[in-house]
Amino acid sequence: MATNTAVDVVMPQMGVSVSEGTITKWSKNVGDTIEADETLLEISTDKVDTEVPSPASGVVSEILVQEGETVEVGTVLARIGGEPAAAAPTAPPEPATQPAAEATAAAATEGRAAPPEPEPEPVAKPAEPVAPGNGKAFVSPVVARIAAEHGIDPSQVSGTGTGGRVTKKDIQGFIESGAQAPQAPAPEPPSQPAPVQAPPPAPAPAAAPAPPAAKPAAAPIPATVGSAQAGESLEPMSAMRRGIAEHMRRSLDTSAHVTSAIEVDMTRVVQIREKLKKEYQAAYGVNPTYLAFIARATVETLRDYPWVNGELRGDQIVTRNYVNLGFAVELADGKGLIVPNLKNAETLNLLGMAKGIADVARRARDKQLTPDDVAGGSFTITNPGGYGTFHGTPVISQPQAGILGTYAIVKRPWVITDENGADAIAIRSMMNLTLTYDHRLVDGAYAGRFLRDLRERLQGWGETDY
Amino acid sequence: MSEKTYLQAISDGLRTEMRRDNRVFVLGEDVGVYGGAFKVTLGFQEEFGSWRVIDTPLSETAIVAGATGAAMMGLRPVAEMQFADFVSCAWDHLVTVAAKQRWRAGTPVPIVLRLPSGGGFSGGPFHSQNPESSFAHIPGLKCVCPATPEDAKGLMISAIEDPNPVLFFEHKHLYRRIKGEVPDERYTTPIGKARIHAEGDDVTVITWGAMVYTAEEAAKMVDASVEIVDLRTVMPWDKQAVLDSVRKTSKVLVLHEDTRTGGFGGEIAATIAEEAFEDLDAPVKRVTAPDSPVPFSPVLEKAFIPQPDGVAKALKELISY
Repeated sequence: MATNTAVDVVMPQMGVSVSEGTITKWSKNVGDTIEADETLLEISTDKVDTEVPSPASGVVSEILVQEGETVEVGTVLARIGGEPAAAAPTAPPEPATQPAAEATAAAATEGRAAPPEPEPEPVAKPAEPVAPGNGKAFVSPVVARIAAEHGIDPSQVSGTGTGGRVTKKDIQGFIESGAQAPQAPAPEPPSQPAPVQAPPPAPAPAAAPAPPAAKPAAAPIPATVGSAQAGESLEPMSAMRRGIAEHMRRSLDTSAHVTSAIEVDMTRVVQIREKLKKEYQAAYGVNPTYLAFIARATVETLRDYPWVNGELRGDQIVTRNYVNLGFAVELADGKGLIVPNLKNAETLNLLGMAKGIADVARRARDKQLTPDDVAGGSFTITNPGGYGTFHGTPVISQPQAGILGTYAIVKRPWVITDENGADAIAIRSMMNLTLTYDHRLVDGAYAGRFLRDLRERLQGWGETDY
Repeated sequence: MSEKTYLQAISDGLRTEMRRDNRVFVLGEDVGVYGGAFKVTLGFQEEFGSWRVIDTPLSETAIVAGATGAAMMGLRPVAEMQFADFVSCAWDHLVTVAAKQRWRAGTPVPIVLRLPSGGGFSGGPFHSQNPESSFAHIPGLKCVCPATPEDAKGLMISAIEDPNPVLFFEHKHLYRRIKGEVPDERYTTPIGKARIHAEGDDVTVITWGAMVYTAEEAAKMVDASVEIVDLRTVMPWDKQAVLDSVRKTSKVLVLHEDTRTGGFGGEIAATIAEEAFEDLDAPVKRVTAPDSPVPFSPVLEKAFIPQPDGVAKALKELISY
């Protein structure tokens, strides 16, 4: 029967001289049901590699040591049964077979209905970026209190303190923004090579189910254990950094990333922007950035290439009649990024796009982003060109199918053909664009045509286009 | 209102009370003919006569003992130590008799000891100390440490009014350096009430005396909103104001010119830990003088007394914590 008191699973003593062991594989995840003596995990010690059977039947309520970690004999590795939230008493690891009456009473005191055989309910917590109880992130008293008052898990908040510690301001900002939000100002033109969403918002609103290929509950990045070697220093990962790390790894594990690049002659756009700049500034107080031009042309082009704006959901292909256009925004301290998106970007003209981008950048700076701002993106633009880079291979923001990279606009000698068919070398403002796409859904020719059309739109930008 | 130096404000408070109340008199070394070591009582003997402005022998023991006796007989003496450092000569009379008389026998001892304290002018180990925490530790004594001219006058009058022994720590470095508008009329500044010198949201500095200005300088050097709480009086101290500020900013620096171990900052830090633990977002930090006598050498003295640079560094650590 299932147990109501948590039973600890400890690192076994595999020989007299063995003092520690390494977790090589968990056979079960948190929330899985396991029978007594069924294999729960595999370990490796100096002497032997072996499987560790479960000491009890029940639901795996906690996994405390991650794969790859080495711990001393006797260390609690996991808990079976009990209330996952409550700190389980360190019960001896022998199989606990509680009398039914006691189990019922225990369940009753928890205020829950107590069926004789409690359903092994999956752990309710949504994907956690950090294994509970890893004890690395120090939570100050005031942060602990505020977190408790608002029912927040501090590990969900991005920290800006030393070593990524969550400060009082961080958690207050988190509460004020409604949920998760970036902690630091964002530069005006979003610029960061690898976009991701910050640690996942509590229950991902309208989020697609994770691709079936991926492991459920995305294996957390193994917490590194050990002390600094000479010349090294250690600092705990911030929750945002953990979220980024997890998302980047998961994206590469999920999508078949391929990058194609194209050279775009931006001379016309440069000229038109020069003209519009004054007008937009004077009339609307908005700067028509190159990014706004590119975003505008991208949205138009996506209309003809719905799979680039699509998604692979299970064995179905999702296409959309809208574009929620994400922009990778670097945090001011350079220690993280966030990808807010402009909803229904297909309804925005150049002015609206410029305004919209400025707005999300401002709200990222002022910590005013809401969960809606970062959820539901359908395509993303990342702009690392601000630093002069001319090529890159960004990582797709899951579950999207592509990401556009924009790079530095530089003057280059370029062969042009005049109306009489004569070739000449001219000085042109050139820019590279990359499209990184999920080859599971988007093929190279399709991506190439998308880039070609995008280039033609930008190169042929008319005086009266908007 | 008129602009007065910190020193003039002390004189003004003292003069106001002497004019108002015949029981108030001053005594000390060279307070009469010479007008006091720092000229706080300049012109007092001419105005009030030599029976109310008494030049004493060079004996702190005699001065404090005499003041204590006079207070027990109903007078309101204000005794000057030329330097706060020398009050140690009068320790027995102050600590054994004056501080405890009220509780032993019910006799009030309304004396004020004026204690020119603090360094910053190469006065060396005997002329630069800030011994307020030694006396804050003695039940029965009150310790006031004004930072502004207005508070100097108001606290002087409150100290004279108070029925207990009050040690009035006047900071020598502020005497002529700090000027401010001071009301001409009589007023009191309550003993035990802090003053918010600067409002801020990010980090709190708890301090008093000359360090208020050091904190002010340091605050300009950091990119944050710094709240400066001027305690004004160290015993009793305004716990509520401190806790209120801690609850607001959650990060606290306690700053004092006195040495570290047993300095009053430790008491403040401990109280914050006991009563506002759940409001802290960083460990309480102290910036103080090191545990050594005050050095003569200007270079060493600068290294000894907390400077704006060092305070700013500590603030930055707290801000980024």
